[in-house]
Amino acid sequence: MTASNGIEVLGLVREFKGGPRAVDGIELAVAPGEIYGFLGPNGAGKSTTVLMLTTLLPPTAGTARVADHDIVAEGPAVRAAIGAALQEAALDPLLTARDHMRLQTTLQGVPKADRRRRGDELIERMGLADAADRKVGGYSGGMKRRLDLALALVHRPRVLFLDEPTTGLDPSSRADLWQEVAHLARDEGVTVFLTTQYLEEADVLADRVGIIDHGLIVAEGTPETLKAQIGRPSVEAVPAERGDRNRVAAVLARFGAPVAASPGAAAVRLEPGEDLVSVVRALDAEDVRVADLQLHQPSLDDVFLARTGRKLDAGDAEAPAPALEEQEVAR
Amino acid sequence: MSLLAQGAEMARRSVLQTLRQPAMVIPPIAFPLILMAVNVGGLQAATDLPGFPTDSYLDFAIAFPFIQGSLFAAINAGSSLARDVETGFLARLALTPMQRAALLLGNLAGVMTVSLISAGIYLAVGFAAGLRFEAGAPGVLVLLVLALIISLAFASLGALIGLRTGSGETVQGVFPLFFVLVFLSSNALPRELIEQDWFRAIATVNPVSYLFEGLRSLVIFGWDAEALALGFGFASAIALAGVLGSASALRTRLVRT
Repeated sequence: MTASNGIEVLGLVREFKGGPRAVDGIELAVAPGEIYGFLGPNGAGKSTTVLMLTTLLPPTAGTARVADHDIVAEGPAVRAAIGAALQEAALDPLLTARDHMRLQTTLQGVPKADRRRRGDELIERMGLADAADRKVGGYSGGMKRRLDLALALVHRPRVLFLDEPTTGLDPSSRADLWQEVAHLARDEGVTVFLTTQYLEEADVLADRVGIIDHGLIVAEGTPETLKAQIGRPSVEAVPAERGDRNRVAAVLARFGAPVAASPGAAAVRLEPGEDLVSVVRALDAEDVRVADLQLHQPSLDDVFLARTGRKLDAGDAEAPAPALEEQEVAR
Repeated sequence: MSLLAQGAEMARRSVLQTLRQPAMVIPPIAFPLILMAVNVGGLQAATDLPGFPTDSYLDFAIAFPFIQGSLFAAINAGSSLARDVETGFLARLALTPMQRAALLLGNLAGVMTVSLISAGIYLAVGFAAGLRFEAGAPGVLVLLVLALIISLAFASLGALIGLRTGSGETVQGVFPLFFVLVFLSSNALPRELIEQDWFRAIATVNPVSYLFEGLRSLVIFGWDAEALALGFGFASAIALAGVLGSASALRTRLVRT
């Protein structure tokens, strides 16, 4: 039984006409008030999953319940319980933030007496009060994303879907949005389903992370658990003399298997029982001077690499899911 | 929340969108009036043709701005909906309890509101320039109603194209085709006075001719039942087809369980 603001997904499948299964029988459960980070490479099925869970795309097979409502049989009830900020801030460039709030509060059925107050409250909370009467077309990317989030919150949703909410934002705007999302989950008990291309974002925000690849969830757990599965840290050394790279690599090879390193550097995953001190002593004994020596604890990047065989970076963001009309045609 | 309340909010948005884009306000009002002024200035001699129904070309030409203004309404309606598809705004609306019909109703009502304002300006300019209105004050009201139905007809076609293609550029690209229909009609001369047989044949089968003639009849002849029936009939038929087509396109676009 799904809790009143949780998410439960059982064997969810989505096939597009003439294509592979975009989502191939995923199963997951998100507890009430939890922030669930959904990671995956380009075309892995993240956005397709979000569209299905938000009722904008019917699944080919499987079931899912969001806020205790079936996404197919109880679409309107699901929509009433959720808020969503989908890929790209979907705003009308000709309207102001206040116009957007008025429209959204009206369409969401917020009582007439509360609409203005609720809109102003969210505008204030997102730091948009000074720009509330300016057309959105002139907003920065961060301001648009904050307004997008504010609009998703007007009806006090119990579950919030955020599809790559910080893509294209500068670090400061990203941090602001993280803070707001964390506040929603921790202080207001909102369940957050967050897809992201930024591993750091999932690491910082998510209580649990699911990694999807080729439509299947290949890893799931808390960031700490997943990193612990990778286990051992790695050591990366940059030689002081460029020509010494092979000597550095040879010394490091005594301590573990080579892993990908920065250009001109060498790196290994440390064998059990080995540590940085041993590496420093060995380099010293061989009289190899290094310009930089770093111990890397396992990151979600390592988890991602281990599970999918490739790295995820900003250039590997998921392509947008097909337009709604294409999806309809594909049904 | 009722369909009407949702539609009213969407109509408000549509009016705001138009009023905040000077390029969507000034040309639909100024261009038709300028073209009418050019025609009135250059074609007054046409009233000397035997069989020309009036001695004032202004009375004949006043229908033109209403039709051309409706074409701009089509562009506004289509561009606005295409932009909603392009920006993902449609998906945002799909996530609210909004009824599909409210989007279409609101968009078309907003466009028609702007058309009504434009129509008032066309008439004011016309009367200031010496327009005589044979059907009197009730005729002015009937003309406004017919002009609104014509505006709805073209706007719904624009909406259909905007929703079907999801491309503002395509909507803009269709605009010249509408213009061809206008110029291959009885916009500048009564059909019976068009000398070229092929032109007269096309104008006769072109529904736009009957829209012109319906509007014009109130100004020149007073109450011409046949012209009004054909004008209202064709305008309503186009509007019905456009609205049904747009509703179908919207059903395809706005998918939700």
